[in-house]
Amino acid sequence: MIDSMMLLFTTNFVLYALVAGISLALVAGPLGSFIVWRRMSYFGDTLAHSALLGIALGLLTDSNPQLSIILSCLVFAFLLTLLDRRPSISTDTLLGILAHSSLALGIVVLALADSVRVDLEAYLFGALLTIGNADLIWVLVVVSLVAIVLSVFWNDFVSITVHAEIAEIEGANVNRLNLIMVLLIALTIAVSMKIVGVLLITSLLIIPPAAARSMASTPEQMAVRASIIGCISVVLGLISAFYFDVPVGPSIVVVATLIFLVFYFYPNVLKTRN
Amino acid sequence: MDISDTSSNPASHSSTGTNAPGVLLAAKSINKDFAEKKILENISLTIEEGQIVTLIGPNGAGKTTLVRIALGLLQPDSGSIYHRPALRIGYMPQRVHVEPTLPLTVNRFLQLANRQDTALLSSTLEDLKISHLEGRQLTDISGGELQRVLLARALLRKPELLILDEPAQGVDLAGQAELYQLISEISDRHRCGVLMISHDLHLVMSSTDEVICLNHHICCHGKPEHVTNDPAYLNLFGANASQNLAVYTHHHDHEHGIGGSVKEHDHD
Repeated sequence: MIDSMMLLFTTNFVLYALVAGISLALVAGPLGSFIVWRRMSYFGDTLAHSALLGIALGLLTDSNPQLSIILSCLVFAFLLTLLDRRPSISTDTLLGILAHSSLALGIVVLALADSVRVDLEAYLFGALLTIGNADLIWVLVVVSLVAIVLSVFWNDFVSITVHAEIAEIEGANVNRLNLIMVLLIALTIAVSMKIVGVLLITSLLIIPPAAARSMASTPEQMAVRASIIGCISVVLGLISAFYFDVPVGPSIVVVATLIFLVFYFYPNVLKTRN
Repeated sequence: MDISDTSSNPASHSSTGTNAPGVLLAAKSINKDFAEKKILENISLTIEEGQIVTLIGPNGAGKTTLVRIALGLLQPDSGSIYHRPALRIGYMPQRVHVEPTLPLTVNRFLQLANRQDTALLSSTLEDLKISHLEGRQLTDISGGELQRVLLARALLRKPELLILDEPAQGVDLAGQAELYQLISEISDRHRCGVLMISHDLHLVMSSTDEVICLNHHICCHGKPEHVTNDPAYLNLFGANASQNLAVYTHHHDHEHGIGGSVKEHDHD
């Protein structure tokens, strides 16, 4: 068992998967916490679904798939923030329409573009084990960028999340910070597509923070613990995917969900008595 | 001074001019409509260093709108707002709702205002007698305690001007008097100007320099003891509101209908 485990983790593609998954989980903790605090999970879903449309368009125009995903996420994120300011219909209805229409459109376009064979399942549920050199570099670059921006603006982000008006009076540029936050979410979703897939990305962002909530008394504690839970989910998800021969992305999400359930029903499970 | 002239500049008796060094904030002829309803009509006011100006008025009179315009959070349809250059404002909003998913201790909440100066943080907590709350979750403290925490956050910016939207809401009667006393002491000690909204003039009387009675326009203004006897004030709040005070009258040029609308009539 130990031997086969050692083999598992020294195999190149598994190592790539592990590095990509863990680095994503590290930023998904703090970033996902903001998504939870700001009630943006539906927003994240919509962005993720629209990414599939980006892939389809990228394939049609024969451009770099990673680049077209990132571009389409950024464009959609920008459009969504613009739409958000003119609520002629309620935001969740609008997001619902956009999420599913872009997903449907993406699948239709992919089906029409039959010149290229496309593994739809890989995009919908992730294909962590097919990660190559180039993919890994994308993930690492974007994750480092997100981590740097998050740490530079951390106090401002927390402040506008707690109370935007006080933050503004204290000198924070709320509109600009909101836009930066949305772009960070878009970037993270774009690179995590290969890891957990369009349909499961938001869960990797919101389940670890939700699990960490009961153990935290400050925003920072919640963010760090969410990162740890995310990493544990990635590692255990990968291992169980091998041992039970199941897809990696869903397996990671299942582990995260189990951890969430434990802390949800037994919030004191890790508290030591002194 | 002709108090019945609603377009005069109520808070500056000394006609200091908008850019005088002591002037922290000056609003000039502010108008604001929402959905074609006039919320603020021709409002002018000035706040100087060390001066406490209290806004009173019935619900829906436009008090919070005026405060948001004074803060620069909202643009007026017409009129202008002057802030002294580099003015530091401490703001205490009417309502703070913290998402239950967001863990936040009192200490961390206050650090959002000023992360470096921990000495200032602990002395402010002591001044407001809330040191014992530091480790508590913001969602677990009482309404009165929350008001003090919000005041502490505003003070951590070392403000030259404090803008407080109903600072005493949710505070019991004894606590209200104490809180207003505290605000008055803070204003004295730091020479900071204060603009606050209050519902109960009697509680703020002793600690306020100028009262502006607002109902979409400025109904009356002046020293608190004058305003409480002003027929326009009595009209808005009922005679009971000042039954214990000697009657002081002057001419006023309008009355209010049930909805707060102004019924103009000639002077007699």
